[in-house]
Amino acid sequence: MPTFVYTSRCVGCGDCVDICPSDIMHYTKDRKTVNIEPDACWECLNCVKVCARFAIDVRSYADFVPMGHSISVFRDEKSQKVYWRIKYRNGKVKEFAFPIRTTPWGSIRPPYEMPEPDPQDLYSPVLSFEKESVKRAEVSIK
Amino acid sequence: MTRVSYVDSDILIIGGGMAGCGAAWEARYWGRNLKIVLVEKANIDRSGAVAMGLSAINTYLGLRYNENTIEDYVNYVKTDLMGVIREDLVYDYARHVDSTVYLFDEWGLPIFKDENGRYVREGRWQIMIHGESYKPIVAEAAKKSASEIYNRVMVTHLLKDSQNPNRVAGAIGFNVRDGRVYVFRSKAVIVSAGGGSQIYRPRSTSEGKGRTWYPHWSSGSSYGLLIEAGAVMTMMEARFSVPRYKDGYGPVGAWQLMLKAKQTNAYGQDPFSLHKEELKKLYNGKYNYVDAFPTPTNLRVYSSLLELRQGNGPIYLHTEQVLTEKNEELGWEDFLDMTITQAILWAGQNIDPMKSPSEILPSEPYVMGSHATECGAWASGPEDIVIKEASSVDERGTSYSWGYNRMSTLDGLFVAGDACGASPHKFSSGSFTEGRIAAKSAVRYIKEHSDEKVSPDSSQVEQLTVKIFEPMERYNKNKGMITGGKVSSNMMWYDQGMARLQKLMDEYAGGWSSWYTTNEHMLLRAKELLAYLKEDFINYAVAEDYHQLLRTWELWHRILTAEAVINHMLFRKETRWPGYYVRSDFPALDDDNWRVFVNSKYDSKTGTWKLWSVPVVDLR
Ligand SMILES: Cc1cc2nc3c(=O)[nH]c(=O)nc-3n(C[C@H](O)[C@H](O)[C@H](O)COP(=O)(O)OP(=O)(O)OC[C@H]3O[C@@H](n4cnc5c(N)ncnc54)[C@H](O)[C@@H]3O)c2cc1C
Repeated sequence: MPTFVYTSRCVGCGDCVDICPSDIMHYTKDRKTVNIEPDACWECLNCVKVCARFAIDVRSYADFVPMGHSISVFRDEKSQKVYWRIKYRNGKVKEFAFPIRTTPWGSIRPPYEMPEPDPQDLYSPVLSFEKESVKRAEVSIK
Repeated sequence: MTRVSYVDSDILIIGGGMAGCGAAWEARYWGRNLKIVLVEKANIDRSGAVAMGLSAINTYLGLRYNENTIEDYVNYVKTDLMGVIREDLVYDYARHVDSTVYLFDEWGLPIFKDENGRYVREGRWQIMIHGESYKPIVAEAAKKSASEIYNRVMVTHLLKDSQNPNRVAGAIGFNVRDGRVYVFRSKAVIVSAGGGSQIYRPRSTSEGKGRTWYPHWSSGSSYGLLIEAGAVMTMMEARFSVPRYKDGYGPVGAWQLMLKAKQTNAYGQDPFSLHKEELKKLYNGKYNYVDAFPTPTNLRVYSSLLELRQGNGPIYLHTEQVLTEKNEELGWEDFLDMTITQAILWAGQNIDPMKSPSEILPSEPYVMGSHATECGAWASGPEDIVIKEASSVDERGTSYSWGYNRMSTLDGLFVAGDACGASPHKFSSGSFTEGRIAAKSAVRYIKEHSDEKVSPDSSQVEQLTVKIFEPMERYNKNKGMITGGKVSSNMMWYDQGMARLQKLMDEYAGGWSSWYTTNEHMLLRAKELLAYLKEDFINYAVAEDYHQLLRTWELWHRILTAEAVINHMLFRKETRWPGYYVRSDFPALDDDNWRVFVNSKYDSKTGTWKLWSVPVVDLR
């Protein structure tokens, strides 16, 4: 059962249902959520990362991972870091933290805010912002 | 009652992965007033092969610092694929890929930098990233570019123009949560629906089946959509397997390229050195592939397979020889960013990578076009690098160019990422770049065809609207016949169809259980068994709900993909990439006759295939 949901913690907000790339987090009849198709789960842990109530956990694939392990993850868009804690079957613990982004969320400037390109460039191989980056780099155009 | 929504657009992007997000960005840059619609079966914040994140950008040339030349890159890719690539396509994305990486950097993707601000190299072409949030960052750019995004809508079929059967005019699909049908009508369509996993039987069993290298949700939809619409496909036989940490599928790139961990058999010997001379006899070709540096991936894989077959396994990656307290974080991040299972597997099996080596094993085969292989649609090349031009619509299947970069052989239909064939080694950055290239080309196409009236064939729309729900109708009609469960003489659930598909592909079309070996007899048997499966899908497929309906249509795309693969493998009468599969009846590489592309076209009315070869033309 790759990821699974604790009854006591799930409030049925549906954030995991909304994010799952495999469409396998679904609502139960009493409006909590459940992984309905564990053999289509990639253990991407997006459901775990998105769950504000830490209601989702992992017990890795039964056919090749011995029990007794655990992994917890906390992804924090404020500190822009993801924190990992891995516990071995023999009790050993590993902890890591990695950056996730160098700019604030929502800060990307969309292409339509940029000056309109020269219409002639539509007929050249140049892509967006390459004229700028050509000055910086030399993306050679044959 | 089926509820239907009509959505009109100038550009429709199918699949919001790396290529689709690149397409949305570039389409908006060149087409400020265009209506750009992106449709995605999951949620673009975390969809596609990058849903979990990545720990490297595998394609960055560093032209700014003269780190490499485009020519060097093209030669590297050509050698890795044993001489068969479209140089025009590879050259084209390679000259643009750095600018994609600069965009990612600007947007906030954390890229490792040295004290001078230069990107830290993992290998000659790869750079290291802290890529846990790679996909949501790229998706932010796409969301700000597209006019509308439809998440959770699975596209099942492309739609043809009512007047011109060679013109694509949109697509149809359904919302996987509420069953609403969406009919997208568009002047140009870009297919960027990713690659194909779970077509061959995975090595893992039961619950672990979801842990494949390419994700479960890579459903071969790019190929299924393109094939059924009659687009010319190329190199579908080049389905490949990747050497990965056994069971967990942990990536090996950073370990081999950056940490310099060595691979050996159980007795400490390097498989490739052991078999090099033997490989030379069959696979050196005219271009000395066996002597090339770096050694083509498939030859390394093949030498490991030979060792395993001789009973000299396991093959180990010697992490214990390179990992120290100082650099171990790098190794762990590699997994935590993109294959978390591998970290959990080490924890569950008490493996300390500083103390003991880990097993490496070639995976089950995958059908895809953006990694180290090249399955996909046959596409028109860049306008300024024309190798052989088409003079008629019929000639497109043998030419390299018919006016619009990355347009398929069907008018108004563009391809990028895993969907575009003969254009390998794009990886994440190159796929995004190819999406940009395709989108710019689509904008030009629309401008130059502004007086053209396109509208999807209404009878096709009506038929498909019914057909999409057939599996649910069938279930509701028949479910009363059995007391419960999933055993019935007139119903086939998607998981049952998947199991049959995977078993036959594995056993007859060069899967792992047959040591990636096949021959004409086995392939013909595969074809026969697949034909039954296809018939059974048409007559017996059932789905109880919309989620199962999603899986059912994914199965259909996988079946069509598999059919292309079998036909292509039958057609190529040689062994070009022995590590990916061996045709035991033609065990050698044959540059004189087979340094060619294999192309195909499917006729959905008759269910028949036409195949032919196209010579490889080198740029210089
Ligand atoms: C484990 C792993 C490790 C990798 N490591 C690296 C690396 O280190 N560096 C690197 O550069 N690259 C790496 N790659 C490769 C990279 O992820 C791919 O090359 C790239 O994502 C391909 O882009 P794409 O847009 O073609 O496909 P994807 O990114 O997979 O996007 C396809 C999209 O289409 C959607 N879709 C599919 N079918 C339908 C349908 N019928 N209707 C609607 N939408 C649909 C999917 O949900 C998805 O969003 C790795 C891939 C994997 C799996």
